[in-house]
Amino acid sequence: MDALLHITTLHYLVLGAALFLLGVIGVLTRRNVVIVLMSIELILNAVNLNLVAFSRYWQGMPGHLGGPGALHGQVFAIFVITDAAAEAAVGLGILIAFFRNKETVNVDEVNLLKW
Amino acid sequence: MNPVATPFFFYLLAGTMIIGGILVITRKNAVHSALALITTLLAQAALYLMLYAPFVAGVQIILYAGGIMVLFLFVIMLISIERAAKERQFNKQWLVGIVAAAALGGLFITIYTTTTKGKELFPEGRMTYGESQNTQQIAALLFDRGAGQYMFAFEIASLLLLVAIIGAVVMAKKRI
Repeated sequence: MDALLHITTLHYLVLGAALFLLGVIGVLTRRNVVIVLMSIELILNAVNLNLVAFSRYWQGMPGHLGGPGALHGQVFAIFVITDAAAEAAVGLGILIAFFRNKETVNVDEVNLLKW
Repeated sequence: MNPVATPFFFYLLAGTMIIGGILVITRKNAVHSALALITTLLAQAALYLMLYAPFVAGVQIILYAGGIMVLFLFVIMLISIERAAKERQFNKQWLVGIVAAAALGGLFITIYTTTTKGKELFPEGRMTYGESQNTQQIAALLFDRGAGQYMFAFEIASLLLLVAIIGAVVMAKKRI
């Protein structure tokens, strides 16, 4: 019970893993392309949570890697958010182009290259 | 100053994020999924505040919940998605997907339970509660001439955004 009440880094990692699993289930099982893209955003957020949790962990560690200025995880999280924005824009552009041609938003109807 | 009621806020925000995530992957209506994802992102920004990262929390709210999710809602309203809400929601290989996700979940549970047996996986160091200098320290890591290691990555990220803008405009045009 005490391990549940005292919040350590491990709690944040387990929460990140649970969000990652939800995103993976969403990507693998849904038919709607927009929901698949939103599940990919869930996965990226889980990774961001891991990065910021580890950055907080290293802030409490001594040595040249740690200390109060060891914010590498947070800087990486900012870059991941930037990447997620770029990828969402391009993915939604592709979705609009595809919808204009085939009038459907289901992933299993993207089968023009199927042999 | 010591933080108070940390487990209460952590479990409240974690529960909000998990419920939001489940709503994202199970709703028929895409607008409902987008609103659930916005809730998850806002709860995650509050979790970043609990981790003493106020700049990343602000970036998350402004960029992610206020930019990317609004873009999603625009595109949902552009494509006629009411017809998609009446069709079958889960694809034919949903069972294989659930099995693969269960295998991944088993891997996570194995890692987190067998490596913490008998010893602390992440022992807490002496926590420095410095959050008043957080934005300045991130700026030092990004832009400082002597100590900044991420200047090159910053320039590459801006180039990536330029390529993404051109790519999105070209992909969504009616006539190239």
